[in-house]
Amino acid sequence: MAEELRLVLKNFGKINPLKVEDYLSAGGYKSLEKARSMNPLEVVEVMKKSGLRGRGGAGFNTGQKWFFAHNIQADEKFVVCNADEGEPGTYKDRIIMENDPHIVLEGMAICGHAIGATQGYIYCRGEYPGVVDTLNTAIAQAKEKGLLGDFNIEVRMGAGAYVCGEETALIESIEGNRGEPRFRPPYPPVAGLWQKPTIVNNVETFANVAQIIEKGAEWFAGIGAKSFPGTKVLTLTGDINKKIFIEVPTDTTIKEVVFGFGGGIPDGKKFKAVQIGGTSGGFIPEEFIETTIDFDSMRKIEATLGSGAVFVIDETRDIVDVVTRIAKFFEHESCGKCAPCREGTMRVHLLMDRINDGKGSQADVALLKKLSRVMASACLCGLGQAAPTPVVTTINHFGMDYHAKVQ
Amino acid sequence: MAEFKEIIMPFKNTPGGIIQAFHAVQKKINYLPENAIIDAAEVFGIPVKEAYGVATFYSYFSIKPRGKYIIRICESAPCHVAGAAEIIASLERELGIKIGETTGDGKFTMELTECVGQCQATPVITINGKPYAGVTPQQVAEILAEYE
Ligand SMILES: Cc1cc2nc3c(=O)[nH]c(=O)nc-3n(C[C@H](O)[C@H](O)[C@H](O)COP(=O)(O)O)c2cc1C
Ligand code: SF4
Ligand code: FES
Repeated sequence: MAEELRLVLKNFGKINPLKVEDYLSAGGYKSLEKARSMNPLEVVEVMKKSGLRGRGGAGFNTGQKWFFAHNIQADEKFVVCNADEGEPGTYKDRIIMENDPHIVLEGMAICGHAIGATQGYIYCRGEYPGVVDTLNTAIAQAKEKGLLGDFNIEVRMGAGAYVCGEETALIESIEGNRGEPRFRPPYPPVAGLWQKPTIVNNVETFANVAQIIEKGAEWFAGIGAKSFPGTKVLTLTGDINKKIFIEVPTDTTIKEVVFGFGGGIPDGKKFKAVQIGGTSGGFIPEEFIETTIDFDSMRKIEATLGSGAVFVIDETRDIVDVVTRIAKFFEHESCGKCAPCREGTMRVHLLMDRINDGKGSQADVALLKKLSRVMASACLCGLGQAAPTPVVTTINHFGMDYHAKVQ
Repeated sequence: MAEFKEIIMPFKNTPGGIIQAFHAVQKKINYLPENAIIDAAEVFGIPVKEAYGVATFYSYFSIKPRGKYIIRICESAPCHVAGAAEIIASLERELGIKIGETTGDGKFTMELTECVGQCQATPVITINGKPYAGVTPQQVAEILAEYE
């Protein structure tokens, strides 16, 4: 059976997160020292070559992103850590920050050196007050020991809005505004926080940085899937025997995750579907479970790796009911800035409700598919664009379930 | 009320600090009264309607009075399939209120929430931010008793 590979979580359970000395004796902050002895462009090049791609969902090459910000002359630049983690079924960033806060701070400081920023922000969701305390303790200790040099980090607390995980909405929120996504371009590496060049990366992305600087780009590029190297922290929920988190190389298959690590489906029931990457991910039927979890392989089956949430449902579940619940989520979380999403999520929910109540028709199902296409192309941000994915993928793979409910 | 200004003032020089200021107000009284919003607008030098817009955007902030203890029930898909509805029913029975309401003694308010990131055991509720994961309907009374 495939085995876990704990790189991001290498210190999990081994150090006291509230003692910087523990992190130091585990080799901590050596990579920052090393990075600072290199010139910034060299650091960017190592990151690029490592092939590390964002762990927050979009899968953009991290070094490439840093390169944009590095290249721009500005009096001020910012490093922002996205710790908003609002994707249902996801708690991996919490696990990382709770157990090893310094690994995140070190990654941010390396980024600061690479792009020429001295101010960092961690935008942590409001649901994690304990994590905010842990981070503040870690920052204070690192500062006191002079480990961060001239790099400052401030923690900001979110206030319960899923859309604030979207990087431009997050920036608006740090600025003290309603968390509504911005029109792009310009992208944050060019004009982000207070219109200054800004790198926004996910917690897990930053947690990968120190080891890449330490062990080198080739080492990292050799782990897991070629086009999306490294590991991914996954959180297993739903109808699965072991509701656990794991860290595995990216060439691990869905089957190994669900039936190996997850121990399969409880009570002798059969697998029906798995939704990966959070609530906007596609539902994956059994025929695709040999697929590896890396970004590109998932794309090929119209699914996503996303946040790494793995939500399993068994044969007894009413998938139309589950998707109706998800449709309500998007109606609620739509920020309302653009009409295709504001109206679209409301309509999708309405139609799903009708079908779920046994009052829908085949025409409603057809309308859902059409609406999905419109939303995917017309919505301003990823929330609206991806909102219909669970609907469309379940219509495609589990059409019979819809058929059974419509008149 | 001067007391709101006192809570808000320390954030005056924090760029974008209004959200942090609202957090501080709510920590004291569990909601954002109109006066607090007006005071914040003044301290941060923005129109009242903008401060109001911020206060109403975020689900963590409430412009209506709430109870001393805020119970939030996660209804995201993993908690949904794990029986969140039964937990809601059990809470409603115990407290005699529905979602969105506050008990007559001003003690408990019930709200729905999306995933709070504690899905290692489902369903999940939080009480003033403290998570309870893997809750059963039978445990509800026991948990509430902690807040007597
Ligand atoms: C609706 C929505 C919610 C998002 N939520 C998160 C989140 O909670 N955490 C996160 O890191 N990225 C989230 N993202 C992705 C961010 O916009 C952004 O791509 C990411 O922070 C970039 O970091 P990375 O390159 O390290 O992945 C979200 C995107 C959308 C459209
Ligand atoms: S797609 Fe939805 S969430 Fe995104 S900006 Fe438009 S209304 Fe807001
Ligand atoms: S899904 Fe309910 S806490 Fe995460």
